[in-house]
Amino acid sequence: METREAVIIVENLCKAFGDNVVLDHFNLTLYKGENLVVLGKSGSGKSVLIKCIIGLLRPDSGRIEVLGENVPELSYSQLDQLRARVGFLFQSNALYDSMTVRENLEFPLRRHWLKVEQKEVDALVHEVLESVGLEHTADMMPAELSGGMRKRIALARTLILKPAIILYDEPTTGLDPITGMEIIELIKQVQQRYQTSALVISHDMKLAQTASERIAMLIEGKCYATGTYRELAASTDPNLRAFFD
Amino acid sequence: MNLFPKNRAFLAEIGNLARFTARFFREAFRPRYEISELIRQCFIIGYKSLSLVGLTAFIMGLVLTMQLRPSMVHYGVEAKIPAMVCIAIIREIGPVITALIFAGKIGSSIGAELGSMRVTEQIDAMEVSGTNPFKYLVVTRTLAATLMLPVLVVLADAISLYGSYLGVNIYSVLSLRLFIAQVIENLAYYDAIPAFVKTFFFGFAVGIVGCFKGYYSTKGTEGVGRSANSAVVMASVVIFILDLLAVQVTELIWDY
Repeated sequence: METREAVIIVENLCKAFGDNVVLDHFNLTLYKGENLVVLGKSGSGKSVLIKCIIGLLRPDSGRIEVLGENVPELSYSQLDQLRARVGFLFQSNALYDSMTVRENLEFPLRRHWLKVEQKEVDALVHEVLESVGLEHTADMMPAELSGGMRKRIALARTLILKPAIILYDEPTTGLDPITGMEIIELIKQVQQRYQTSALVISHDMKLAQTASERIAMLIEGKCYATGTYRELAASTDPNLRAFFD
Repeated sequence: MNLFPKNRAFLAEIGNLARFTARFFREAFRPRYEISELIRQCFIIGYKSLSLVGLTAFIMGLVLTMQLRPSMVHYGVEAKIPAMVCIAIIREIGPVITALIFAGKIGSSIGAELGSMRVTEQIDAMEVSGTNPFKYLVVTRTLAATLMLPVLVVLADAISLYGSYLGVNIYSVLSLRLFIAQVIENLAYYDAIPAFVKTFFFGFAVGIVGCFKGYYSTKGTEGVGRSANSAVVMASVVIFILDLLAVQVTELIWDY
């Protein structure tokens, strides 16, 4: 029996695009301080799940409770307040091309906290850049950075508001294995330093093995199984073996 | 069976653009107002178009005068060249040509910028950063285009008339003061005011169409290119349609 507080509860989540049913009564719970990896094949609906959780997509039915708030029922301003406490790392990093790294980092701060002093902003920018080991990049443009550096800056941008939960959308996709491992280590360090809960969606088994406390398997729109890496890897179910073999 | 798939897609596009425009008006009057971004966009859209608009306006005035001259000389009304050119430029050629150049430069750049922001999830990132992307991106750009095109047209008209003055002086001698006096003498309010008012609509069309095409861009980098291209084509067609309507409305209001 889990004694920790649940920070995300997804119950009977359904989402379809036309005739294509992506999520079919999907259930999931993320506990406080936990690193949960949702594993699934490409196109299985992982990104749809995470976008429903943050309110970028509206589910057809079901309940999504994030930090005690039912996301589909929130107004735009309530959703903004909730999003200030939930970080989102996009698969494509989504750094603003027309802004420097510093402006990218300041953007969510200035939008969520309307009255914030420059000294405070500078201190936070320095802190998050130091957390991701890229203090020297503050005045560079995103186009001047490598793929791994962009991912780190995107992570720094999610950290700047000190979120309680971070949602990672395929954080190692498109990176070489060494940079991928660096990002995995960074995810673990960030969790320890900022005491965040993390929901990571991925198809990367290395990430699932090294960064997860628990894994949820997303197969055919449902939460097919949950457990630790070791428990799932020991399963004889052919649907699970397809991932671990 | 759908017998007219293209017609249907066209009507769907018009419907979506109408919905997008309605959303613009809903969002534009509701706080929070993105004033600093609006000012930044006015600078980008207005100032950065100035050199291109200025150059084309100058050539337009000069060439129009040189092309008109043989016919005017033939009919013995060479002295009426400034009057004819100024009416042509201020009523029609200035607003329409400037709007078309504006559509080419600004419409395509808005379409490509928003399109690439859409396909690289920057618009979603903005939304999770406590920002209404429609207000921040669409309302500011459309308003900036609406406000800046009239300013550009006034400047283009002035530069174009200067080009015309130089064109007249290639073949004969006419002082600038006399040229301006002839222009003012032959211009009426109903030449200038409707022409100025319609430029707000042209600017709005360029802004809203560019944003519409970029905001709903799909299919990766190919989609971005298509958004930029179709923004220019659609905005240009809308400019001509609005011009046609403007003539009809002006004739109804001013009975000349």
